[in-house]
Amino acid sequence: MRQSIIDGASDAATELAQQALANGIDPLEAVNLGFAAGITFAGDQFGCGQMFLPDLLASAEAMKAAINILEPEMLKRGSQRETLGKIVLGTARGDIHDIGKNLVATILSASGFQIFDLGTSVTPEQFVAKAKEVDADIVGISALLTTTMAGQKAVIEALDRSGLRPRVKAIIGGAAVTQKWAAEIGADGYSRNAIDALELAKNLMGTIASEETT
Amino acid sequence: MRPRIQLLAPDLIERILGEAFELLMSPGVRVGSAPVIELLRSAGVEVDNGVARIPERVVRNCLASAPQDFYLYNRQGEKAVHYGGDDVHFDPGSCCVQMLDPDTVEARPSETRDLVRLVQVTETLPQFAAQSTAVVCNDAPSAIGDLYRLFIVLQHSHKPVVTGSFSAGGLPGMIDLLAADSGGQDNLRRKPRAVFDVCPSPPLNWSEFGSHNLLDLARAGVPAEIVSMPLAGGTAPVTLAGSVTQHAAEVLAGIALHQLAGPGSPIVWGGAPAIFDMRTGGAPMGAVETAMLNMACAEVGKHLGLPTHGYLVATDSKFVDAQAGAESARSAMLGALIGINMISGAGMLDSLACHSVEKLILDTEWIASAYRLVRGVEVRTETLATGMFAQTGLSGEFLKLKETRALFRQEQHLPSSVIDRSARGSQPPSDAFTRARARVDELLSIYQKPSLPEEVLGKFQKILGREADRAGIASAFRGD
Repeated sequence: MRQSIIDGASDAATELAQQALANGIDPLEAVNLGFAAGITFAGDQFGCGQMFLPDLLASAEAMKAAINILEPEMLKRGSQRETLGKIVLGTARGDIHDIGKNLVATILSASGFQIFDLGTSVTPEQFVAKAKEVDADIVGISALLTTTMAGQKAVIEALDRSGLRPRVKAIIGGAAVTQKWAAEIGADGYSRNAIDALELAKNLMGTIASEETT
Repeated sequence: MRPRIQLLAPDLIERILGEAFELLMSPGVRVGSAPVIELLRSAGVEVDNGVARIPERVVRNCLASAPQDFYLYNRQGEKAVHYGGDDVHFDPGSCCVQMLDPDTVEARPSETRDLVRLVQVTETLPQFAAQSTAVVCNDAPSAIGDLYRLFIVLQHSHKPVVTGSFSAGGLPGMIDLLAADSGGQDNLRRKPRAVFDVCPSPPLNWSEFGSHNLLDLARAGVPAEIVSMPLAGGTAPVTLAGSVTQHAAEVLAGIALHQLAGPGSPIVWGGAPAIFDMRTGGAPMGAVETAMLNMACAEVGKHLGLPTHGYLVATDSKFVDAQAGAESARSAMLGALIGINMISGAGMLDSLACHSVEKLILDTEWIASAYRLVRGVEVRTETLATGMFAQTGLSGEFLKLKETRALFRQEQHLPSSVIDRSARGSQPPSDAFTRARARVDELLSIYQKPSLPEEVLGKFQKILGREADRAGIASAFRGD
């Protein structure tokens, strides 16, 4: 199972998931002890430059294929896969550039985050509504253009008004986004690329956990 | 003989164009602007759900009306840039948001003073035939940022300008500004001083403001430069040949809607294609494959007999270091060898995110070297060597010959003080960045600001004020 994910072999992963169900293996164990180990390995290999984005995307697709097979049985048994956190993603209003956001979604999802991708040109209201609906931990707003960066600020203000913040964290990214801009609009973090975004999201989940215990 | 380099065999260019025309029918091209869709429909193009299927016949007609060459003019009304043939020009990279601070060697948000400095230095360097609206001025209101940048450049330069409008509704104000500079719309149309970059979004998407800007530019008769930027493997096919095909389709679609709006209006086959970095997800501008994409895309444009543009002489390094020098020098030479009419990108670091005056000054040397290279090996004397040997015999005294004195300036590019060829002496040697910093001051000391007539300045202020009001910015802002 682990190898099918590392190889990015969706067909093999599907077949192994079906075999697991046929043999009465607990689907949650198949994920946690089998397939997820592959995604962790792939993420590590990507992090140290041994695997590349197309490899990682294929691993994420294979993971999705396996989960699709196992999910109905997991629901039946009332067991749920543990996720690192729930993240709502989208590009700011007026911005249709989504390649960076899609990469972040893939890498975060492959690493165990649950991603709710709202797509491109998303309004502040849509971000807030989705964050409420899924009880999100983090909202990520992407903007490529200097002209649409103002949209990131609008989302953060809407999250503030809705009372979701500071519990829900807001992060931003995009070619023109800088640390200074992130500070100016009161974002909880920014990252320059998808790899940094993973680190950032993990750190914020740590912050959330420590806030909840205090 | 001009040295040449060729990446695409003629039959491969035909295949590229063949598939590009296929792409224009299936999957077609997304077009965002309602007036542009109307224009396409009136030309018999089928548009469904915002997707246009443009038949080859329509595009071929538009290619036939697009001019094969045109000029940009300087403030004095003289021809300064020839878009056409194998003529090569360079301009600094456009529109980046950060500036390398030479004191801290860190990137910081760019401001008006940075743009002024870049324009002043560029003005003194003959290797740059044109200025660009090089950096975003973070200290000015972003709602009129495009107009403000052009305003700053026009105030400080005589040269033509490569510019662009990157927000909806910003273009008419910029055209008004140029018309005020040229002494009216008719003069601007007759002797354009600026070319506007207009970008499709890969893959095969002409957004609302992008397509609308093409329409406005075509109708105003102001030159447009289509900057298609497929990222091979990311937003375009991973193969170089596949990305060149997508680029061709995007530019062909742009030319079609541009020429339908204003037949005969000047248009450039341009681009900023790059590979997609499979580790970082970035667009490595210094990669050799990125240079190859720019070269191949230009070859396709040349094959169609159109003026060309590319994005080279940039680097992914964050410093003015060995990587910056190697990547920028290499692509300057390659672009010049292909004969790209306008090569943008000099001065830029960090995959187009950061500008540096010091890098611009070093890039000037690579550009000068590229110009020298494409001049090739010329025959300047009746005999190649025997005539000179007849004078020197075996004495070896070539330095004394009148030929030497008469010809060395043509034969050799004489580098500025940023290139170190000195013998190691009593002074400790310096590095290129240190020498470039000193050269900035030298150049700024010889820079002369153009004196614009009061009447023109008054018009500039009025346009800026009007556009600021339109954008709803506090009326106190009028520029300075």
